[in-house]
Amino acid sequence: MIKRAIPILAMVTFLLSASIPLFAHHGTAAFESDKKITLKGTVTEWFWSNPHCLLRFDVKDDTGQVTHWIGETQNPVTMVNGGWSKASIKTGDEVTVTLNPVKNGLPLGRIVTVLLPSGKTLDANAGIRNNVYK
Amino acid sequence: MRIRSMPSFIVLASLIFSSLAVAQNNQAKPGPSKEAKAASGPAPRHDISGTWEPANGPGDGIQANGVKAMPNDGKPGHQPPYSPYGLQVYKSHHALEGADAVLPGFYDDPRDKCEPLGFPRMNFYNLRETQILQNPYKIVMLYQYATTWRVIWTDGRPLPKLVDGGVMVGNEVKEPRYYGYSVGKWTDDTTLVVDTIGMMGEDRVWLDTAGRPISDQLHVTETFHRVDQDHLDWSVTIDDPKMYTMPWVAMNKFPMRLENPHEDVMEQYCSPIEMEKYNKLFGDPSSAPTGKAPEK
Repeated sequence: MIKRAIPILAMVTFLLSASIPLFAHHGTAAFESDKKITLKGTVTEWFWSNPHCLLRFDVKDDTGQVTHWIGETQNPVTMVNGGWSKASIKTGDEVTVTLNPVKNGLPLGRIVTVLLPSGKTLDANAGIRNNVYK
Repeated sequence: MRIRSMPSFIVLASLIFSSLAVAQNNQAKPGPSKEAKAASGPAPRHDISGTWEPANGPGDGIQANGVKAMPNDGKPGHQPPYSPYGLQVYKSHHALEGADAVLPGFYDDPRDKCEPLGFPRMNFYNLRETQILQNPYKIVMLYQYATTWRVIWTDGRPLPKLVDGGVMVGNEVKEPRYYGYSVGKWTDDTTLVVDTIGMMGEDRVWLDTAGRPISDQLHVTETFHRVDQDHLDWSVTIDDPKMYTMPWVAMNKFPMRLENPHEDVMEQYCSPIEMEKYNKLFGDPSSAPTGKAPEK
């Protein structure tokens, strides 16, 4: 358990001690856009905010070790255009999240879909697809 | 230093390379119907009031790559006519988007600190649902992003004159403003021409998200043409002798369509507290440099 945790801890420590730029905000360069990971977890926060909403969820492995994942979406207006809302997800929801992970291996990613406890799937790209009518 | 694989007992299943089949959420905002596009009444005289949205889609005015008519996509003909100083200022901007976008972590757009975008950048950043109110004396434009507004005087007053440090209004020197000083004149029944002067300088504002510059010498000309009852074409010309060698068109008849007057327009805001939380939780950790920033 500790052996497996060390690489993650080391990476986080390394990144925190490096000169992390303030106010970093990015386009799509940080993500592995052709890669998707699917995770099951428990929502700890659905942060409805600009410039991106953040879904924070805990993923527990078989040993009980918990990884705190964060997925981002587009801004609230685009998400509403895609059928999402602040009320779509609640703390405590058991969700299945598919996302494009970030390139540096941290538990962060850009959300593709969220399967809710109700069985409904939220598509994070629906608002983007609606941006320009074909 | 990269972690190539998460422990298998944490990650469930598969790396998927083909697209998922996902049922489209049926609450997503629909496009305009063919009937709505076809049927429209005549343009009212001297009237651009209403709640307007980009006619080609709610996100058609996002303009992530820069101004609509000249996106910074590297294509020939999409480079504005920079003066030597204008090019120098452009290169000093580290933009998130566009052909010269920098790696994460080197980005310095004032927007990231929720600075007021100012005019004319408000026309070129998330131009979405725009409410226009008018009376005999002025037109007020309510922009969705940052819930901000600007006033266009139509009471016949002259455009102020640019002077050192600001603008001359009557005998008074007034300060530069983020949204400038605008006057509008109807050139025919359905066309309003708006001139704006007295905006902030290059130390405070950008023209667009791709980092194009503007100075306090900028003179913006807009044309609002009420095409018919439901449609409005919006054009913007940039004339900044400090940054560009000649005037150029930044938006060319950008089409807007009239919405239901009872439409509730959502807020789209920039909150420094939210921005800070986002950067701390996600923006900074995900932006670990992957190499040397390119030379500009």
